[in-house]
Order: sequence, then C-alpha cells, then structure tokens
Amino acid sequence: MSFAMPDLIPVMPEIAVLAMACVVLLADLFLKDEQRNVSYYLAQLTLLIGLLLTLNLANEGSRLSFGDSVINDQMATLLKSFIFIVTAIGFVYSRRYLKERGIFKGEYYVLGLFGVLGMMVMVSSYSFLTLYLGLELLSLSQYALVAFNRDSSRASEAAMKYFVLGAIASGMLLYGMSILYGMSGSLDIIEVSNYLIRELDNDVALIFGLSFVIVGLAFKLGAVPFHMWLPDVYQGAPTSVTLYVGTAPKIAAFAIVMRLLVEGLGHLHGDWQGMLIILAVLSLTVGNFIAIAQTNIKRMLAYSTISHVGFLLLGILAGTSQGYAASMFYAIVYALTAAGAFGMILLLANKDFEAEELDDFKGLGERHPWFAFLMLLLMFSMAGVPLTVGFYAKLSVLSAVVRVELYWLAIYAVLMSVVGAYYYLRVIKLMYFDKPLTNQPISQQWDMNLVLSINGLLMLVLFFLPGGLMSLCIKAINF
Amino acid sequence: MTFQQLVFFLFAAVTTLSALRVITVRNPVHAALFLVLTFFSCAALWMLLEAEFLAIALVLVYVGAVMVLFLFVVMMLDINIARLREGFAGYLPVGALVALIMVSEMVLVIVSGAFDTGAPEPAPATYSNTEALGEVLYTDYVYQFEIAAVILLVAIVAAIALTLRRRTRTKYQNPAQQVSVDRDDRVRLVKMKPEERD
Repeated sequence: MSFAMPDLIPVMPEIAVLAMACVVLLADLFLKDEQRNVSYYLAQLTLLIGLLLTLNLANEGSRLSFGDSVINDQMATLLKSFIFIVTAIGFVYSRRYLKERGIFKGEYYVLGLFGVLGMMVMVSSYSFLTLYLGLELLSLSQYALVAFNRDSSRASEAAMKYFVLGAIASGMLLYGMSILYGMSGSLDIIEVSNYLIRELDNDVALIFGLSFVIVGLAFKLGAVPFHMWLPDVYQGAPTSVTLYVGTAPKIAAFAIVMRLLVEGLGHLHGDWQGMLIILAVLSLTVGNFIAIAQTNIKRMLAYSTISHVGFLLLGILAGTSQGYAASMFYAIVYALTAAGAFGMILLLANKDFEAEELDDFKGLGERHPWFAFLMLLLMFSMAGVPLTVGFYAKLSVLSAVVRVELYWLAIYAVLMSVVGAYYYLRVIKLMYFDKPLTNQPISQQWDMNLVLSINGLLMLVLFFLPGGLMSLCIKAINF
Repeated sequence: MTFQQLVFFLFAAVTTLSALRVITVRNPVHAALFLVLTFFSCAALWMLLEAEFLAIALVLVYVGAVMVLFLFVVMMLDINIARLREGFAGYLPVGALVALIMVSEMVLVIVSGAFDTGAPEPAPATYSNTEALGEVLYTDYVYQFEIAAVILLVAIVAAIALTLRRRTRTKYQNPAQQVSVDRDDRVRLVKMKPEERD
C-alpha cells in the first residue's frame, strides 16, 4: 500500500488553533485565580494567530487536501476570518461578566476555542464525515458552555434541552447523509455532486435523504418548526454564552448549508427550494409575532434570531450566486449586530443584576446617552431601517428573491419586517421616552467601551460603504 | 427464502421488538437490558453485512462497557418513573399523528422501489475488513480521526469542568504530614512534682 503525505498547508489555521487551545488548557493549570487574565490573553492571542494564518492563505486559491475531504477556498477564508473576529469581540465583552459571576475560568476559553475549531472544520469541510465531526465538536463545546454556570438551575435546564434536541438533530442529519452515501457510494461532496449529474432519474431515494438532511440543518439553524430549543437556551444560558452561541455559529451554519445543499446537492435545487420556502415563511411569521409578546430581552432576541434565519434562507433558496452572496453578507452582518446587542446587555449587567428584562433598558438615554445611541444603531440595524447596514442586508436578500420572480415571498418578507420593526423600536422607545427604573451603575472598562463603540458605529459605516464586504462575498461565491 | 434472509428477518424482528420495549417498559433496569439486546441483535445484522470488525466492536464497547456502566448508574439513581410519564396522554395524539405520517411516507418511498439498486457482490473469503479499516484509518481518514480525538478531549474537559467542585470546608488528611510526624507532636511530657505523702 502507498500513502501520500497530505497537504498540510490548507489546514494550518486549524492546527494552530488546536495547538494553542491545548496550550491554554495546560497553562491554566499553573495559574492562580488572580492570574486568570493570562488565559484570557492567550485565548485572544490564539484567535489573532488563527486570523493571521487564515488571511495568509487568502491568495492561495482553491485547495483540496486529505483526500478531497477538506477545502480551503475564498469562502472558507472570508467566513473563518469573521468567525475569529466575532468570537474575539465576544470574549472582550464577556470578561467582566464572567469575573463577577465566579465563572472566569480557563475552561471557559478552552471550550470556546474548541468550538471555534469546530466551526473552522465545518466551514472548510468538503465531505459529509468532516462536516459532521466539525458540527459535533462545535455542539459539544456549546452544550458544556451553556451549563457552565453550574449553580443556575435555568442554565442546566437549557443545556439539557439543547443537548437532547441537538442529539436528535444530529441523528436526523446522519440518517439523511447515510442514505445519500448509500445511493452515491461516496462521502465526498464533490463525488455526490458528480453522481447527481450522472443519474438524476432516481431522485425519490435522494429526496428521501435530502429531507432528513434539511431537517437536521433546520434544527441547527433554529428554523421553525425546529426552533423549540432556541428561546430556552438563549434565556437560560449566561449572557456571555448566549452571545457566543448566537453569533459566530450562525456564520458556520450558513457555511454548512452552502457546502451541503449548494455545492453537494445543488442539482436537487428544485426539490429543496420548496422545503426552504416553507421553513423561511414559518420562521419569519413565528419569529416576528412571538417576539412581540416577550418581556425578557434575551428571549426577544432569540425570536428575532429565528426571523433572521428566515431571511438567511431566502437568499439561499433563490439559488443564484447573487442570492448566496446576499445571504453570506446577511449572516456576517447579523453576527456582528447580535454581538453588539448582547454586548450591550453584558455592559449593563453587574454583580447580582442581569439587565435582561426590557424594563432594565428604560431611561438609558438619560443615564448614559452614548450607549443608548449605540443600542439605537444596533436595533435599527436589526429592524432594517435605512442609514444602518441591516437595511442594505435585507435589501440585497430581497432583490435576489425578486430576481427569481418569487414576488409574493419578497412582499411577505417585507410585511414581516414591518411587524418586526415594532419590537425593535419598542426598545428605543423605552430607552428615550421612559423614566429609568434602576440606577445600577454602569461600570466603565476602556477595552469593552472601545470595542462596543466600534461595533455600534460599524452599523453606520457599513451602510455607507457596503461595497467592500459585499464584493468580498460575491468574490467568495463566484470563485 | 434463503437461510441468510431467515437470519436477517429473525434478528431484525428481535431488534425492533426490543427497541420498542426499551421505551415501553416501566422498570429502567429492564429498559437498559432491552437496550443491550437491541445492540446485540444489531451486531448480528452487521455481521450479515460482512462488517465483522464493527459488529464485534459494538458488542465489546457498547454491550460490554458502556451499557454495564449505564446499568450501574440506573441502579444507583432513584428515578421516579411516574413523574417521567407525566403528560404522556396529552402528547400522545400529536406524537402519534406525526409518527403515523412519517411512517407512511417512509413506507411509500421504500415500496416505490427507489432503493432497489441490486445486492452488492460479497467479498471473497480471504477479505479482512479489520485490515481494510486499519489501512485507511490512519492514512486516508487521518484528519477525521484527529477531529474525533479532539471531540473526546472536549468531552473530558467538559465533564471535569462541569462536575469538579473544590469544597472548602471538607476535612481531609495529608499523608505527607502524617508520615513526617515525630514524637514531640503527639506526646507531651509533663513534669509534675511528686505528691507528698503525708
């Protein structure tokens, strides 16, 4: 037998992040509790190294490795870079919150970094097996992080629900993959795609497998009717973990939808388009209407995530490269916006005070005008109000849907955005027109204030200069 | 019906029935034992598929190690079955409806003949799938193998992070101190004046 040494260059970022995560794990053993900041800085350093190595590969072009099971292309580079950036932002926001709750531990960052590794594996996977293993690596880290605050019964309940439903979703996905494997005889995405070109006639069995794959993906994305875990996990987990779960993994989820449905099963587009339309319409409806009834802002943002997933699916189901690029833009912008919104909750929280009720935002305009302004930008961006980047993201997705002549779907999505605007604007109304209910001090930390300000202002900047990011997305899709 | 088919249907029936019993019996210990039976008959089915290595690994790892540990846990915990079954009747109609729709759809697909791709050629008698597995596991699938290893590492880190508690008030013994003790720490000689007898 012969064995060719695999090309290790495309997986350099993964190797570096894995090695550094192990360094953090070991270094943490020798630190005293008051030196825990070292683990934090090492984790940030890991993300920086990963980002630099990823960018270093940006001009390499499309490269396959490990027997066609790993790919490094423009899409992988772009999405991985944003996964690093968003995770690093999340770590900055959550440091004080973790310290005040006694969960500022090395394991938090180790699990976070392993989750990032899982996302990287998902983004550059080019075989069902790699994709599934990356997904499990991410999920397992997330289950543990949700339960990280062991003394909170709500967090344990959330982790339990997440674990059970996540396991069922993995089972569904695997069953679908096993049928596709049984029909095509290969786990590699490129081989499955070639098989579909050859024999499109036997599509009943393929659609059978496809529907299980879509159910599994919808579970992981949180699309209705597979969204049951999302509100409980968002509300029950510590806010710093909610930030982690609600931002970067959405980018990775977009990536696996692209790899599986578009690159692998693209020839079945006519079949999965209908399924995604149902998921998108239900997500837009349920997410926006139920969010109105929430009084807890974390739960409200959970339902808002569901409606944003609906929008994300709109771009993908259009089935054009313009639609894919629009969806990619949407996923990245959503991750940045959600990071800012959860960061704001973390900023207002302090010891013994979670700041997770909508009423806690009352009168923020009076108490701290600058942070209220940043929150206003973030909420406007989520609602899709012009002058913020959320408008441009929604517009590009909708124009992709209109191009493929699904006019009714575009009109419906706009109507649901109007419904959604109500609960985002309500936060702004509470901040500027109501009297403050609490006078909890807002603790000032220069690094968090700086990053949060940049994060908020990015919503404005990207609206005026969306061209750069958009052209990167288009380039990543067309490559 | 060939002998192979007879064996297949026998083990398939045992698998299905015991899997059904896992979720219907009242006693959790019985449920765990039925799960053992399910795994065992699955292993027999894999044997029919010529996946000998996987079949034996299933018996050794799942039946031999995982399920025995699981039985220990079930016997140690006092699980309240009545509470677990709360709301069963309430969920039954919707659950049964969904299950019925799914089963009928799957049956429709399977009887449509979409899966009739013909039986694969059996491997020659000298073929060893343990060897075949060994050849690709550390070469073609080394990347996936490493990721699986990382998943196990995460499981260890997560399990320890979630369960290890340092209690501050527990009383514990320090063997080093116990060993290095000398006479002066334990025995105090007190000089007393002898009592005078009068």
